Amino acid sequence: MFRNTYDSDNTVFSPQGRLHQVEYALEAVKQGSAAVGLRSKTHAILLALKRSSGELASYQQKMYRIDDHVGIAIAGLTSDARVLSNFMRQQAMSSRMLFNRPIPVNRLVSSIADKAQVNTQEYGRRPYGVGFLVIGGDKTGPHLYEFSPSGNSYEYYAMSIGARSQSAKTYLEKHFDSFADCELEDLIRHGLHALRETLQQDKELTINNTSIGIIGPGGNHEKAIPPEAPFRILEGEEIDVYLKMMVPKESADAPATAPPPVAPEGGESAVAQPPAGGDEDVQMQE
Amino acid sequence: MTSIGTGYDLSASTYSPDGRIFQVEYANKAVENSGTAIGLRVKDGIVLAVEKIVHSKLLVPDANRRIQSVDRHIGLATAGFLADGRHLANRARDDSSNYRDTYRQPPPLKEVISRLSMYVQAYTLYSSVRPFGVSTIVGGVDVNGPQLYIIEPSGISYGYHGAAIGKGRQLAKTEIEKLKLSELSTREAVTEAARIIYLVHDDAKEKEFELEMTWIGDETNGLHVPVPKDLLADAEQKAKAALENFD
Amino acid sequence: MDHFPLSWGRPRNDALDAFNTYPMHKRPTHHDTFADGVQRTQQPIVTGTSVLAIKYKDGIMMAADTLASYGSLARFKSIQRLHTVGSSTVLGASGDLSDFQYIQSLMEDLIIEEHTAGDHHELGPAEIHEYLAQVLYSRRTKMDPLWNSLVVGGRKDSKNFLAYVDLLGTTYSSSSIATGYGAYIAVPLLRNAVDGRENTLTEEEARKIIVDCMRVLFYRDARSLNKFQISTVTDAGVTISEPIQLETTWSFAEGIRGYGAQTQ
Repeated sequence: MFRNTYDSDNTVFSPQGRLHQVEYALEAVKQGSAAVGLRSKTHAILLALKRSSGELASYQQKMYRIDDHVGIAIAGLTSDARVLSNFMRQQAMSSRMLFNRPIPVNRLVSSIADKAQVNTQEYGRRPYGVGFLVIGGDKTGPHLYEFSPSGNSYEYYAMSIGARSQSAKTYLEKHFDSFADCELEDLIRHGLHALRETLQQDKELTINNTSIGIIGPGGNHEKAIPPEAPFRILEGEEIDVYLKMMVPKESADAPATAPPPVAPEGGESAVAQPPAGGDEDVQMQE
Repeated sequence: MTSIGTGYDLSASTYSPDGRIFQVEYANKAVENSGTAIGLRVKDGIVLAVEKIVHSKLLVPDANRRIQSVDRHIGLATAGFLADGRHLANRARDDSSNYRDTYRQPPPLKEVISRLSMYVQAYTLYSSVRPFGVSTIVGGVDVNGPQLYIIEPSGISYGYHGAAIGKGRQLAKTEIEKLKLSELSTREAVTEAARIIYLVHDDAKEKEFELEMTWIGDETNGLHVPVPKDLLADAEQKAKAALENFD
Repeated sequence: MDHFPLSWGRPRNDALDAFNTYPMHKRPTHHDTFADGVQRTQQPIVTGTSVLAIKYKDGIMMAADTLASYGSLARFKSIQRLHTVGSSTVLGASGDLSDFQYIQSLMEDLIIEEHTAGDHHELGPAEIHEYLAQVLYSRRTKMDPLWNSLVVGGRKDSKNFLAYVDLLGTTYSSSSIATGYGAYIAVPLLRNAVDGRENTLTEEEARKIIVDCMRVLFYRDARSLNKFQISTVTDAGVTISEPIQLETTWSFAEGIRGYGAQTQ
């Protein structure tokens, strides 16, 4: 690793003006399995890859409902995610109580970002070790945000976080122009294609290891969605129909990217893919 | 650098033998790596402009703002860690709101700056915190007319006619010095600010960027608001044209 | 004999712990001697009288006179009781005017917070009303009420909104609302004129209804003034008029004993 004199404490700048502890926290996010988010004019969706520690164990939970109009997918330390998602729920409830208004999604994301910033500046704390993709719908339409331990939050058309997320990002960057006018089903298919890029070789997306979160009106394969169409998480048999819609990778309209490099379970240390489209991981800067 | 490995640069509460506080100097490094931000104080208002580096094409344009409002009549642009900038803006809002609660009138810029810079300075005193990794341009129009200040990570603050922070500040300052600020209208200053941001960006040959601009003046009824889309587009057009003539 | 040393030297308080049932570390020791002597607001001081408001085709209209009374004394004759909140809401107040000024500053803080968020989300009349209801109700549960009856009116996303909230935190919504003396005198007139016609009344008709009721109130309400302001909220935004002076006649009163020349 990069160990040096300036990396053991939040409260120490390196001579280059960097905060190593924060950068390491960003690495913790990459230890978690991947999550992908994207949006159209009508929908915002999340897709996540769930891990299981063995045959006898269940799969982890990757998505949480915050309010009827907001949901998140996480990558990194689950316990940190629970603290932050709890806080988000409180913020959402308090907006409903005080103003009878669903909290504007950007303000909700900013509220945890501001909370995370404090943990990068004070002694005796550590930055949160978890990243979120947040989707939500409010008066200004569907939204997708990324929250990261550095205390930054950004709005994206599409984004991915977690292990091997760079491969998913590459897919998203290639296709995001077409997302705006997508039907829900097409959007999910794009999401699954992107998520598939983060798999280790010989693994595939199944009804057990995949979660789909949706904001927006019910789709063709969804039953009994109330008219206000609250945030919902699809898992298990429900998502079979979407998995079957995926186009096999070899076929012509699959992305032309190379299969992701094989990395040890939970590690991202192997070959890093070259950043595409001038993209790099967002550190503290801007 | 002579500071490294001496052990005198590991805490904001430690002086080096020659009386420097290296942690504050390192915080300035975080600012120097950031996209440029400028502020112009002209005849009848203030213009703030930042060069927002676009780190991914997946970002929603216009959504991730780097210039924030502190009060109706005060705007704040930061260079450095964005999250620290948001922390400071929140603090400035509290300061401003407290002033209003006490005096029932809009706070003069001087007052907000004095409170905010003391807050920043407090973060240079203790080993239990790190200094802010941001320089801040604060601009506004109050009872005394247009005002413009910079607060640095050390907590020091000065008033300016033209301000520039971040990576391209040297060139930006040179350009601002050529302007007759006291004769410009706010509308004219928008064009000039756009030109300067485009110029310093071009000079650095950086990746993609987005120009973000806000203004406060008679035309906005004293409110700090984003420069209207058509005016912004017009200013960008002129900036690009000026750039071609420059080359 | 009280065997607990922590109680020694303290006044005995039978009401709290007559039988020494508390373990020492939980003994109620701190007692604010002055707590019983604190009195919160029990009455308004400088007051405003009725506020009237109705819905009409293009928005809502609200009116209040400009008088601030000190008891029965007409203390200030040019006080504005209609207040703009944001770009689509108007707030009218009767009751204690210093409490209203405090509420105005709450609104100011709220709107500034909304402006500084800079994200195109704006509080509309429904949100403002909910917020005020929470504030007024929580103050009343603290036995420290803000002594007002408030009317919140507005128009946002082409929907009219009109609702009431008072010092108890009671709320209701209606197409015509009147507070204070107007709740007795003006409400029947307003309902008669407005109910079922909310979507057809023109601004001119609405104005006539409001002015007529203000006139009736001025004749009947001893704490009122014939000078008032009218506010409208439409898609075009909020307006609050300059004070309007009502023409009134008192010739009919000549024969009334105690008013005209004493004839007896």
